[in-house]
Amino acid sequence: MLRRIAVLAIAVLVVAALIAWYVVGYLLVSPATVSLPSANLTLQTVAGLGNGYTEPTWVSYLVRDEQGRWQHTTIFKVPANSVVHVTVYQYDGDSGLRNAFLARAQGVVGNVETVDGKTVDSINPDDASHTFAVAAYGLVVPLPGVADDAKNQCEQAPCGLDKAHRTITFSFRTGAPGHYRWQCFVPCAAGFIYGFGGPMQTVGYMDGFLDVV
Amino acid sequence: MSGPNHIRRVAILTIVATLIALPLVIWVLGPAMPPGKGSDQAAGQVTDNTVLTALVTPFVCFIVVFMAYSLVVFRRRGTEEEEGAAIRGDPRAQTLWIVLTSALVIFMAAYGTYALLQNGSGGGQGPDPIAVPHGSSLPVQVIAQQWQFTYRYPTYGGVETMHLVLPADRQIELHVTSLDAVHSFWAYGLGVKADATLGTDNVVFVNTRSPRSFEIHCAELCGLYHGYMFDTGKVVGGAEFAAWIRQQQQLYVPIARYMPPYSTTYSPDPQRRAG
Repeated sequence: MLRRIAVLAIAVLVVAALIAWYVVGYLLVSPATVSLPSANLTLQTVAGLGNGYTEPTWVSYLVRDEQGRWQHTTIFKVPANSVVHVTVYQYDGDSGLRNAFLARAQGVVGNVETVDGKTVDSINPDDASHTFAVAAYGLVVPLPGVADDAKNQCEQAPCGLDKAHRTITFSFRTGAPGHYRWQCFVPCAAGFIYGFGGPMQTVGYMDGFLDVV
Repeated sequence: MSGPNHIRRVAILTIVATLIALPLVIWVLGPAMPPGKGSDQAAGQVTDNTVLTALVTPFVCFIVVFMAYSLVVFRRRGTEEEEGAAIRGDPRAQTLWIVLTSALVIFMAAYGTYALLQNGSGGGQGPDPIAVPHGSSLPVQVIAQQWQFTYRYPTYGGVETMHLVLPADRQIELHVTSLDAVHSFWAYGLGVKADATLGTDNVVFVNTRSPRSFEIHCAELCGLYHGYMFDTGKVVGGAEFAAWIRQQQQLYVPIARYMPPYSTTYSPDPQRRAG
């Protein structure tokens, strides 16, 4: 009898330890934070990360750190009460927005963005590949996609400027220090129901945070 | 059998406790009841919560008094070792308890139904609302998407906005829908809560009062950033609302040509590469 109780107790402890290990692991694993004190944020979006990444087929953002190296993270540290200048090199094709309203640039300086050097206030919602949106700032910037038949498309992140891409720039003002989430509104997760799974539901791919300090 | 009349004692103590507690519930606790008085519906909910709490107060007092009385009077004292008197059922007491509590529950159900039928009590009524208040309403659409609410104003050319601003002292007809997962539009300060479901027009009526701010949250677990799906809405004066909606219409102009006509629901096509 005692032996049975001991075996049962050990089994319970093992299961509890495994659950605790999983929960702690889930809570502690987080993308790295890239510090950008200069208020310049340079990003790229890729259709699939490629070899060497945990999820090689997932669409994702990457950020350039102070040393000019591309980092696979979506948590950015930016200065408070400043104008942040953002450049996005967009290497992915278009998926289209479910809500056309989000194809209007808003919450950014002048409510405009530049696409390949041309200033625009909106894009065709069907041409949207991703958005960069910070709900707390009422900020949405639609990012048009690379043409499906474009030559020299990038298949391995980080992508170089010699690959087919769109260049989008915009600026926005940060406010008080805080932890603000940002996200993509385009359901761009290929292979998932309605494009909303996987990288759309995982911080480090199409969602992240702005640490405003 | 001689000895104190416990039933009478408990009854007297219950009445005394009720006489003390009831005014506190009605005049002290009642005004502080959620969700406040940000709209007619919210104020109605405060009244309903107060009425229901007042109704159960005598019963709560009886239970608490009875338990406390039992603990004090029927506890074992000193070195007493014999068994206490056997517990036996009392059909009259059981019947009285069942009748009173059943009557209370049935009354509450009737009262709740009556209150719901007055103006919907701020709840989503689906596409064909039963409780339609009198008077004209300003229609405003609430569009939920992962993970933000946006709003359309059909009266003003179908303009869509990032934030919810409502005119004060107006009857508003909210049409709540979703573009993807199931969400729930919860404007706590206005006493409004309605599920947002793809392909469904969930109608809610709310009568705003004086200018104020109110919190908006998603109340249905809807994915990664569900916990961040919140916003602050505003009820503003008529002139301020007119100025704000004009500003939104100007902001909206560049995207207007791409927008679908206003509809109570939307069914965006499946994405080209996703799914």
